[in-house]
Amino acid sequence: MSNLAVVAVLLVLVAVAYQIGLARSRGVALASGVRMHSLPRYHGLLVVLNAALPAIAVYLLWSLFGGSVIEAMVLASLPPEQIPADELQQRVVLQRIQNLASGFGMLGEAQAYEQAAAAYLQSLTTTGQAVTAALMATVAALGLFWSWRGTTPQTRARNKVERAIEIGLIACSAIAIFTTVGIVLSMLGETIRFFQFINPADFFFGTVWNPRFETVGTSGQEGFGLLPLLSGTLLIMIIAMAVAVPLGLMIAIYLAEYAPYHVRNVAKPAIEVLAGIPTVVYGVFALVTVGPFLAGMGELLGVNIRATSALTAGVVMGMMIIPFISSLSDDIITQVPKAMRDGSLALGGTKAETIVKVVLPAALPGIVGAILLGVSKAIGETMIGHGRRQLSGADGQPVRIGFHHHGVHHQPVDRRPGFRQPAVAGGLRPRTDAVRDDAGAQCHRAGGGAQVPRTIRVINDEPTH
Amino acid sequence: MMENNMAQATMGAKLDALPNKPGGGPAASGGIKLSSRDVRVFYGDNEALHGVSMDVMANEVVAFIGPSGCGKSTFLRCFNRMNDTVAGARVTGQITLDGRDIHDHAIDVVQLRAQVGMVFQKPNPFPKPIYENVAYGPRLHGLTSSKSELDQIVESSLRRAGLWEEVKDRLDAPGTGLSGGQQQRLCIARAIAVSPDVILMDEPCSALDPIATAKIEELIHELKENYTIIIVTHNMQQAARVSDRTAFFHLGDLIELGTTSQIFTTPKQQRTEDYVTGRYG
Amino acid sequence: MRRRQVREKLFHWSGIAAVVIALTLVGIFFGTILKTGLPAFWQSTFVMDVHFDPEVVQIGPKPEPMPGESPAAYQQRFNQWQLDLGFVDFGQIIHKSIVKQLPEAAEHPDETLALVTSGELFALRDRVVADPGIIGQTVRLKLLADANVDVWLKGNIDRDLPDTQQQLSPLVRAWADQLQASGVIQNKFSTAIFMNPDSRSSLASAGLAGAFMGSLFMMIIVILLAMPIGVAAAIYLEEFAPKNRLTDLIEVNINNLAAVPSIVFGLLGAVVFIMWFNLPMSSSLVGGLVLTLMTLPTVIIATRAALKAVPPSIREAALGVGASKMQAITHHVLPLARPGILTAMIIGVAQALGETGPLLLIGMSAFVASIPATPFDQSTALPVQIYLWESNELRNFFEGRGSAAIIVLLGMMLALNAVAIWLRKRFETRW
Repeated sequence: MSNLAVVAVLLVLVAVAYQIGLARSRGVALASGVRMHSLPRYHGLLVVLNAALPAIAVYLLWSLFGGSVIEAMVLASLPPEQIPADELQQRVVLQRIQNLASGFGMLGEAQAYEQAAAAYLQSLTTTGQAVTAALMATVAALGLFWSWRGTTPQTRARNKVERAIEIGLIACSAIAIFTTVGIVLSMLGETIRFFQFINPADFFFGTVWNPRFETVGTSGQEGFGLLPLLSGTLLIMIIAMAVAVPLGLMIAIYLAEYAPYHVRNVAKPAIEVLAGIPTVVYGVFALVTVGPFLAGMGELLGVNIRATSALTAGVVMGMMIIPFISSLSDDIITQVPKAMRDGSLALGGTKAETIVKVVLPAALPGIVGAILLGVSKAIGETMIGHGRRQLSGADGQPVRIGFHHHGVHHQPVDRRPGFRQPAVAGGLRPRTDAVRDDAGAQCHRAGGGAQVPRTIRVINDEPTH
Repeated sequence: MMENNMAQATMGAKLDALPNKPGGGPAASGGIKLSSRDVRVFYGDNEALHGVSMDVMANEVVAFIGPSGCGKSTFLRCFNRMNDTVAGARVTGQITLDGRDIHDHAIDVVQLRAQVGMVFQKPNPFPKPIYENVAYGPRLHGLTSSKSELDQIVESSLRRAGLWEEVKDRLDAPGTGLSGGQQQRLCIARAIAVSPDVILMDEPCSALDPIATAKIEELIHELKENYTIIIVTHNMQQAARVSDRTAFFHLGDLIELGTTSQIFTTPKQQRTEDYVTGRYG
Repeated sequence: MRRRQVREKLFHWSGIAAVVIALTLVGIFFGTILKTGLPAFWQSTFVMDVHFDPEVVQIGPKPEPMPGESPAAYQQRFNQWQLDLGFVDFGQIIHKSIVKQLPEAAEHPDETLALVTSGELFALRDRVVADPGIIGQTVRLKLLADANVDVWLKGNIDRDLPDTQQQLSPLVRAWADQLQASGVIQNKFSTAIFMNPDSRSSLASAGLAGAFMGSLFMMIIVILLAMPIGVAAAIYLEEFAPKNRLTDLIEVNINNLAAVPSIVFGLLGAVVFIMWFNLPMSSSLVGGLVLTLMTLPTVIIATRAALKAVPPSIREAALGVGASKMQAITHHVLPLARPGILTAMIIGVAQALGETGPLLLIGMSAFVASIPATPFDQSTALPVQIYLWESNELRNFFEGRGSAAIIVLLGMMLALNAVAIWLRKRFETRW
């Protein structure tokens, strides 16, 4: 009884039930000679709901709980001395039995009690499936019969069907709540786990961010200070705002107040294009173009600016949020009533004075909102920082310091002082590079501030031919 | 202007001539089609209508007049329970249609609205072909079993609405492409396509020019033969021209109800007189 | 007064300057990406005769099951054949072909092979498997040169660097120049970037196909899930929801979720879908689910706006002739809101297509060398591939390749947006 077969059977059931409902309602209408409350198709749908929903519920129950019930029964059937006390061992035993039952084979010689258990498991599974199938057929038939008998001219099939749809709609909107709950739970759980490794005080007030992959036995307690991350984020934010706010605001003012119609029509969408570009692309842009450019500028001025500095990230992030600020502010400035402008102009103010003294103050709340939106968008971004993990080699050829062992690729770790700050924008660092050994993984989790699935990189390079 | 038909007290015979009506029975209490008893409407805590009681006879035209915000539209919308769709609105009291309480649980509001059609202030045809506009209602209620029957209903409805000659060659043109007056007549055709007993009109001419208005008024005269019509209007001349009886509302109260000529010539209430003579409103 | 006029001028011009700066930034942005990315579609390619020497390629055709043969026996024969195939030295064939063009290379088989990217060995093998008749023939083939050769010939590495910092030996560099001069190595448009999955050993033939399939699966999942769920939620909240605590809670939640940084959804996916539900890590299924959750608020909010834009008079008209609320919505409101809903969907999908952060957290940054066949397989996504390539050690080669991938990604997003605009124009209804 594969899932696909079940779906196919259910689809057939739906089609049949619908037709039965249609036919039945037409028949009732003819026999009674009264106009039905609902159109035939609603009667059809009602029959579908009555027949298919219980059957689906039975199937879901079976798929959710059937497996564990059978496992428990098999486990209970084992000779008491063979049942391991701890859960992990039980799992191993069950796995052996399942492998045996599926005919897949198992390691070592199968014991007699295991053979028996496997046979028992097989029979249980077969019976369970048969019972489920029978139950599904029964409830579907009952539902069919019940709604077939219940079809009368007065049946409010439409109202019932619509009620069912509405419940479906409510369920869909409730997903938002589940998502929030999921986010809170996952963050909470991982945070608690993290603080079991790291002292919260060290985390919040530590001044060094340099998580390392410690070997087994040594603790990775130091190097998890949040402050460098925060200050890095803050620095990038300030630079980004220094770039984006004046530019964005001036663009908005020009487009809203001065620009001729066709200039506005071209320039506005052209700038808005920036808002739709994936952040990873900005990261590349920062790494490939802006970073070297700023470094070159620094050289000219005699200042040492690393291509991977906060300046680069800040400038690119500023560029990214220009359209948020300019477009939203533009809309808001255009909404300032013309009467206010006319008032100032009529008093003899120049256009610039009108804008600065009248229009901007009126639009201020909206503009502040636009800036905040842009900043909050930037704060959550992580990708622009990614390129900055790379180092510049002596010859200007960027190299990457990484190390390999046991075919596992680790995150590059640089211990040169100063390199780490300012670290990646945003409190969370996406770090999923593969770590195989558990000690590494633990520090790795801790290092991310959150648990990250341990990815074992696929090592074989070429697809197997 | 005041030589309008007087209220017709004895009605009911015509009902049987109507096509079969969803859930409709013969008028229970003689000529009374609709009746309201102590109907109050609340928007939140605010009482917008303070206990209105009145009867509407079959096949008469009743006009509701009164200054803006007097509750006449609110009251009109009680008759097909359109107030149900307004968030926070609550209706108390009793309204009966052919003697049956329209708030009764046994009554499906959808069927009530098929029986009590409505024409809105602004013409609101669906952005669909003219044919589809009219055919929508009959399809919805399964009134027809074949395409030709449906064609017939569409044609007769458009004819009754006086629109057939103007649109018969372009039934698949969008209803929104018609002129304002035509659109409003299309909406009337759409309402009568489901063969209602009552048609509610909420200021149907307020968005129309005088010529289109005259056509609609003419139409109301003709429709009176088959339907009971309640019309809300701001225009007192219009009320005088089309209605048999007139009800004057003020601040959520029904001040006076009488034959149209009586309301306009010898109102019993001071406020009515002030209003019809144009002292306020 | 004069000062005021000067100030007015200044203000005006600074506005123009801001717009010009922003447009210049846009120009530089696209300019540099096109400049680095476009050349990467053309790769140094050997165009030469390759002789499939029967002495070297000693392999029969792929065995077929014979009638009466047991499956086990066939399997054994097949394994033996595969083993034989594995021992065929296709490198020798390439070496001989190059020697024909460059006789002095005869003594240096290893250096010769450094010229051609190793993936081409497998390509030759696939060719033989597909058509055993090719053995003994001479075919004119296009073989991709090694990534380092490509870098050298395109001048993407400083040619004056000392030998210790060069990736290729002096001999190989000289040969590459020679072969290019004689026209054996040409700069040809290569389909490798579109047709191949990512590769670590044969960098020159690393392609986007795997990431593209991953992104495609995820987009399909997002469309299949976010569209119905988002529209359903929007309909409920906009049309049905009574004002109560529950619906208030839902609304607040949706607005908050729209503001949650995308990486948090990755964390949610890692914990909920992978750790709790045990869905396969790095799969586009989990990626699609995470992106669906991330896209949902956008879709819901935009769909609600589209529903709100349908004038209430349409709903009243439908209710007035006796449609139920549900009928009024499905028959009239939804069709009218369709362009808005579709636009919302496309914008959501485009946003999901470009998202990287959450995918990294569910393990989609793993190196995957095969094209995923189902949403359950390990895969990467286009933006993640860009991220991986841009952090590859061989920067000189992958900077261009990454930019080429960016061009592909931006091209897809532009196409999606163009579709959105077209839909909006096509279904635009006036009332």
